[in-house]
Amino acid sequence: MHFTPIKQAAVLLTCLFGLLMVVPNFFSKETLAHWPSWVPTRQLNLGLDLRGGAHLLLSMETNEVRKDWLDTVRDDARRRLREAKIGVTGLGVANNAVQVRLAKPEDADAALKELRGMVQPVGNLLVGSGGGDLEVKKGDGGLLTITPTEPGIQQRIGNAIGAAIETVRRRVDSLGTAEAQIVREGRDRILVQVPGLQDTAGLKELIGKTARLTFHEVNRDVSATEARQTRVPPGFKLYESGVRDEGALVLRETPVVRGDELVDAQPAFDSRTNEPVISFRFNNSGARKFGNFTKDHVNLPFAIVLDDKVISAPVIREPILGGSGQISGNFTVETAHQLAIQLRSGALPAKLTIVEERTVGPSLGADSIEAGKLAGIVGGIATIGLTVLVYGTFGIFACVGLVVHGLLTVALMTLAGSALTLPGIAGLVLGIAMAVDANVLIYERIREELRAGKSPIAGIDAGFTRAFVTIADSQLTTLACAFVMFWLGAGPIRGFAVTLTIGILTSIFASVTVVRLLIYYWLRSNRGLRRGAEVPV
Amino acid sequence: MRLIPNFKGFDFFPHNTRLPFMRYKGLCFGLSVLAMVISLAIIAVKGFNYGVDFKGGSLIEVQSTTGAADVHQLRDKLNKLGVGAVQIQGFGGPSDVLIRVEQQPGGEAEQQAALKKVQEALGTQYTQRRVEVVGPAVSSELRMTGFIAVAAGLLAIVAYVWFRFEWQFALGAIVALTHDVLVTAGIFSLFQLEFDLSIVAALLTILGYSVNDTVVVSDRIRENLRKFKRMELNELLNVSINETLSRTILTGCTALAVLIALYAFGGEVIRNFNLAMLLGVVIGTYSSIFIAAPLLGYLGVRRDWSGASVARSGKSEVAPAAQRVNAASK
Repeated sequence: MHFTPIKQAAVLLTCLFGLLMVVPNFFSKETLAHWPSWVPTRQLNLGLDLRGGAHLLLSMETNEVRKDWLDTVRDDARRRLREAKIGVTGLGVANNAVQVRLAKPEDADAALKELRGMVQPVGNLLVGSGGGDLEVKKGDGGLLTITPTEPGIQQRIGNAIGAAIETVRRRVDSLGTAEAQIVREGRDRILVQVPGLQDTAGLKELIGKTARLTFHEVNRDVSATEARQTRVPPGFKLYESGVRDEGALVLRETPVVRGDELVDAQPAFDSRTNEPVISFRFNNSGARKFGNFTKDHVNLPFAIVLDDKVISAPVIREPILGGSGQISGNFTVETAHQLAIQLRSGALPAKLTIVEERTVGPSLGADSIEAGKLAGIVGGIATIGLTVLVYGTFGIFACVGLVVHGLLTVALMTLAGSALTLPGIAGLVLGIAMAVDANVLIYERIREELRAGKSPIAGIDAGFTRAFVTIADSQLTTLACAFVMFWLGAGPIRGFAVTLTIGILTSIFASVTVVRLLIYYWLRSNRGLRRGAEVPV
Repeated sequence: MRLIPNFKGFDFFPHNTRLPFMRYKGLCFGLSVLAMVISLAIIAVKGFNYGVDFKGGSLIEVQSTTGAADVHQLRDKLNKLGVGAVQIQGFGGPSDVLIRVEQQPGGEAEQQAALKKVQEALGTQYTQRRVEVVGPAVSSELRMTGFIAVAAGLLAIVAYVWFRFEWQFALGAIVALTHDVLVTAGIFSLFQLEFDLSIVAALLTILGYSVNDTVVVSDRIRENLRKFKRMELNELLNVSINETLSRTILTGCTALAVLIALYAFGGEVIRNFNLAMLLGVVIGTYSSIFIAAPLLGYLGVRRDWSGASVARSGKSEVAPAAQRVNAASK
């Protein structure tokens, strides 16, 4: 039982550090803003279940990503073969691959070389190249297939998720809520957490739409009804209508301009009909493409398509050269506003579906905090009462250790930035039980050693040394369990595991080291303690 | 430290007790195995009342803005929406209601559509305090991770105990822990209490608590094995249990006191979690005394614990089998 002055200082400073880190939690954010910068002002993060907010898990339709990529590959292949003057009789997407049928089978080698130029290496700087993203193979009779490789698809999905996160962030930010967290989860999922948000319906509407806007040329020779009965001409596609008054149309599949060339979109009102419209502006290249197209198609209709549905098909009265225009499509003020946000934030690379939603209203969160506080106070009083009753003066030391344990746990959680959740409160409580257990083990051991006839100092010393083996063993097994929870756990389990882990780590310091130091001071102030004298335990 | 008066605590526990735990080990062991078998049978027959996390579907907690909620009227209204059976139950206060919508056939989008219908039907008469929707993909994943988490937790613990003690201790721990998990789960199945993700967390915590208890007893057994080299194994196990009994009871009481406070005041949302924990603490304490230790009596254990230091000095390897005392055969 000896503590060097340095050791004493280290223990006391650690306790002081815990106290300093916890203090800001008792003040409001406004008060903290006036504090000098060197004072810690970080507060404990509360989880969504305690402060209220929305949690949405979105899953991306990876098939759409795959399909889009195949379409791009198909267009690219067509362009390359045309430029190389290699004739084809068929070129299309089938069986998750692009198939090319050459007009002359003897062109196969030249075509193969041309198409292999499309292959991009997959991989990053760390892993190095893991092969190409496409595989080009020669079949019989002038048939070539271009198949995406698995790493290639993974890379495309990764890119799409990254792009989708950016888009979702812009859309969520438009709701005016700060602190939204948007992160990738697993292979094809995005987790959106918006603290304090109550109206999830609006949020869901905003991120539920791909908002891919395209402008298409209308085929004048084939009507939709004809196309349904016979065949759609090559390069064209039948688009259903998204609005009641408009019929389905046959449109050229490759759009004239895409929504990603928009620089602005705002809700507005039509100056003549006064109905809600969206006014938009293209960037330079978009304006040029649109200008050229409208110049060549005066008095002909063109179609505006949103997420593969025609929303309007106006007739071009005069060339639109300035790069700006407006879309009418039976909007309400609400939907025009929403669509404008979606267009400004860019299209999602693929559709996102909500696979999990958890929303907690602020009133329930506040109730849970109150309940947690009350339970904590009652549990704390019961623990302190029991400990002092059973262990006397040493019991008081143990309670001081418990307070230090609580302070340090909260301090570490604040420092680590991990949020306190409802199951987390339970984890804290269990941590307290573990801390009490450590003291019980020590004190029972001291009593045993004293009964065996050891002198007070020897008995106390032996109690700490012997009990420590057991404490370490029991805490480490619980720690193993907590790690598994953290590693495998979802949401609530993980929050619980974090607080439990921190609680176990601090309990060894607080219940063993701090209590030991207190007993050391007690021994020093009771120098007259002789063999056989009473140890207050 | 003069500030604090010196006073002794109330040493409530009689010392030098020799309660004959091991005499009834056969009975206890048999009962425990029976409890495990019955739990398994109940789970097999009745299954679990899975919560939204594992079953999928929606859960909405609402609070009436106009005093007490009219559960009957709400039930009539929501069951006409064509979203399958809608379960409605009171939750805490008279104005609080929990609405459960079963998982809709189809895919992820159908769940959201059903939720929208219910939310619209609720109107402004109710404030929505909590909404949870779990789609089919996530619920099946959560079921899987929940199961794996418990199994992995069990294995992690056993690996640690094996590493620190002998395989007999690890076997005792695994049987005791499996017993705890099975019986707790069996009680949840028997009373059809809602089984969700938080119960998995509770089961994992019970594992932690129970193994804590088992390790404390095992530690004492190991110590006594070194101390009393000639004591008969059953007697030694009994002494060890008795010596740690005061600690077992005190820690158990503190844990129970805190958990009862949480159960009573911690709010509705974590009530089931706390119930599972309460059950677990009791069952976990029981299993360390009546399953893990007696099993050692049956399995026997290496007696020569100085062997480790002998092996280090290179004189002999492992204690020969003849030195092992197989108490079960005595």
